[in-house]
Amino acid sequence: MSAPASRADRGDGGRPVVGVVLVSHSGPLAVETAALAAGICGTGVPPEAAGGTGDGGLGTGADLIAAAIARADRGLGVVLIPDLGGSVLAARLFEGPGVVVADVPFVEGAIAAAVAANAGGSLEAVLAAAEEARHFRKL
Amino acid sequence: MDARFFTAWIEEAARSLRDGRDELTRLDAAIGDADHGSNLDRGFTEAVRALAERRPATPGAVLALVGGTLIRKVGGASGPLYGTAFREAGKALGETPEVSPAGFAAALEAGVAGVRRLGSAAEGDKTMVDALAPAARALAEAVQDGRAAAETRAGAGRDPSETGRGDGGLARALEAAAAAAEAGAEATVPMQARKGRASYLGPRSVGHLDPGAASAALILRALHTVASR
Repeated sequence: MSAPASRADRGDGGRPVVGVVLVSHSGPLAVETAALAAGICGTGVPPEAAGGTGDGGLGTGADLIAAAIARADRGLGVVLIPDLGGSVLAARLFEGPGVVVADVPFVEGAIAAAVAANAGGSLEAVLAAAEEARHFRKL
Repeated sequence: MDARFFTAWIEEAARSLRDGRDELTRLDAAIGDADHGSNLDRGFTEAVRALAERRPATPGAVLALVGGTLIRKVGGASGPLYGTAFREAGKALGETPEVSPAGFAAALEAGVAGVRRLGSAAEGDKTMVDALAPAARALAEAVQDGRAAAETRAGAGRDPSETGRGDGGLARALEAAAAAAEAGAEATVPMQARKGRASYLGPRSVGHLDPGAASAALILRALHTVASR
């Protein structure tokens, strides 16, 4: 899968924000959802993508998730947003101090979490913002 | 049961899952995404390789290594689920070099509890829990019955260490567990799935054997096979 921009070329100056990791069965879905969220947030820190299996197939890869958490972690904690099914189970294996799983719609939750993280929200605030996305109505 | 026994179990399970790969995939094609057989074959093959390389010294370490490998190498939902089952069972075994049937029964229960927790699944949801939970209960009961029988014989003046606690008793207890898992898997056929990918199918999931329950029965049958050698 294509790697997100390294920390150095993001222009975030290493500003500490809560990390957001998108866990999907599909590598491209995770990468593009991260890009969409980053686009909507402006110049902030984009979510990290952990999609597909390590060999590029559909599925989840625990090693990819672990690596994305490590990239996203700036000391303030990390919110994991899984798409569905096995992604939820794989994400939950990483739950622990500073790492939480958000039970939210994938796209709406990713955008809400990225916006809240870049606004300087705490781990709890970013999780709460993501969870509010569950109630967004489209009509 | 020592580390070699548990390693032999995983080797036998890997063989059995390889033989059953196409059947598991066929079951998964009916109500899922047709990758269960190949995912588990890959995961258990990797687990056998990891055990051969690292040669863990205790049963708990064997199961922990198997669990970690399945989590990393199985791309589907069954990776985290089986991985958690083996990890939790391994944790329950602790550092002991030799596991008693009662100790293993408790470890299997801990493994099943881990699966229920992670997947929020209960019996009747048409998942691997429908095979695992009856197996854990059957094993606990068989171990208890074996002990009671041994105590009766001891009361009649015979040495309990010679009867009811030998390998024959273990094989019988594991036969009960495997048979309960197979019956539990078969019982998923008329169920409507409430968890997992098949739940998206709603009523159309009725009439199919759950692939996760089928693979759980194969893995537990492998345990009996190894104990009967």
